Amino acid sequence: MARRGPLKVAAAATEGLAPIARVRLARDPSRPQTQDYIDGLVSDFIELHGDRRFADDPAIIGGVGRWAGRPVMVVGHQRGRSTAERLRRNFGKPHPEGYRKAARLFTLADRFRLPLITFVDTQGAEPGVGAEERGQAEAIAANLELMARLEVPVIVAVIGEGGSGGALALGVGNVVLMQENACYSVITPEGCAAILWRESGPDKVAEAAAALRLAAPDLLRLGVIDEIVAEPPGGAQRDPAAAIATLGAAVTRHLSRLERLAPARLRQARERRFAAIGAPFLSSIA
Amino acid sequence: MPQQAAAPTAPPADDIWLKCPGCREIAFRKEVERNLNVCLKCGHHFRLTVEQRLAITLDRGTWRELFADLAGGDPLNFTDSRTYPERLAAARRSAGRHDAIVVGTGAIEAHPTALAIMDFNFMGGSMGIVVGHKLARLIDFARTHHLPVIVFAASGGARMQEGALALMQMARVATALGRLRDARLPYIAVACDPTTGGVAASFASLGDLNLAEPGAVIGFAGRRVIEQTTNQQLPDDFQTAEFLLKHGMLDTIVPRAAMRHTFALLLDLLAPPVRPVRQRSARPRRSSSPKAD
Repeated sequence: MARRGPLKVAAAATEGLAPIARVRLARDPSRPQTQDYIDGLVSDFIELHGDRRFADDPAIIGGVGRWAGRPVMVVGHQRGRSTAERLRRNFGKPHPEGYRKAARLFTLADRFRLPLITFVDTQGAEPGVGAEERGQAEAIAANLELMARLEVPVIVAVIGEGGSGGALALGVGNVVLMQENACYSVITPEGCAAILWRESGPDKVAEAAAALRLAAPDLLRLGVIDEIVAEPPGGAQRDPAAAIATLGAAVTRHLSRLERLAPARLRQARERRFAAIGAPFLSSIA
Repeated sequence: MPQQAAAPTAPPADDIWLKCPGCREIAFRKEVERNLNVCLKCGHHFRLTVEQRLAITLDRGTWRELFADLAGGDPLNFTDSRTYPERLAAARRSAGRHDAIVVGTGAIEAHPTALAIMDFNFMGGSMGIVVGHKLARLIDFARTHHLPVIVFAASGGARMQEGALALMQMARVATALGRLRDARLPYIAVACDPTTGGVAASFASLGDLNLAEPGAVIGFAGRRVIEQTTNQQLPDDFQTAEFLLKHGMLDTIVPRAAMRHTFALLLDLLAPPVRPVRQRSARPRRSSSPKAD
């Protein structure tokens, strides 16, 4: 993927944007990333490293801190901004050790009853030899079940590109928030075009982006997400401080609601949330 | 990531001869079929249809299909070169079922079992809403009826035509498995050729025991994607069952001829059919929930 500078989008609302334009916005490296949200919203943050099995994966960051006064666990993909940082963080594409670090932090959150807040911002999990050897599929799968079982509030914020299983492995929440210009998809538009259209030209990629319904309004209608978080005019990269504050307020609102629920009830509510996804589109044919 | 069907399952049934993709030898189709569709020369495991799998796995006459009437629609109004409803209709016509999985109950050497078999011939075994919901419902059914669960996975991954709704089914099924696990009912996942993408990254890797058929391709990302992004020459056995076993991702590889009996043994060992209920509270193995049964 070619590096892109901040996009020139009219400072007007992004409502009428074509899906592919939203994808480009979601990938813009100047958008606020997990570290920016942590810096802006989490006090006393201490980053926790490593999966205790193989390595520390810089594509996922996490740690403990305070969110509006209360102790929380925060975990998110980190894409990086400068070229050097993006390389070091593998462009936010985690290896299995990244997911296993996340799993370790999820377990800690559960043990110490810390609400969990995750930030989703990845093109997808790393496709590579090492990732396959160390069980990328297993690492993602294990996180899905683990997140489903947690008995603490889990709030997911999709802040950039929600790329497939690599995104979902941090995405099983009681509430899934999504920023206005974020996207969330089963496959990248590029991958989809290559497979279904057998072409990778920009026209087909744009067509795939539209067909996949990866924009926030579509996903809200389909029941995949629970709330769209507004961005400053022109996108979060135009006014990061405002974007961070708006998202922070939304998370705090849900946190205050969820922390009143009993542990077992939190798990049950999350299970029911995911059990309901897609159900309206089922029918019985004799 | 989803993939399209690469190789056809088997040549047309009226063909007398068969060329084995493993050893390139020509064999009598009938002879190979009698051998559970395993090559007599090299042991290559041909892909099975759902019906063939059922026939060689369950005790005769014990199969009872569940949720067979469940079907899906076109939530995204998806069109590529053809519309999704057209693709679905074509797949339904040729498969004779509504979607890419069959679930139900049956007995394996007299062990009552909940069983799911994915149909790779149905849009590459891709998982959409119907596959996710049928599997999750089967797992819930097994929990209610105190049955172990066996799933034969064969899939290119999540179904692109259902977008994020398909992706979410990965979480949907994992959630149901979490509850099954709490009930201490065994879940055996069997990766058949091929098991990749979102199916590999969900229930197919979450077995209490993860088994595979010999030679099955199992992995997260497609081989071509990895070759293109890494410019690396991949080893021949990359993403095969044997490769995964070597890297610690599988409990064991089971040849087709031994599969049925292996299930029976494992179910005997993990979930003895006779369970003296009274003794459960005498020596609890783990702390259980305080809620009385």
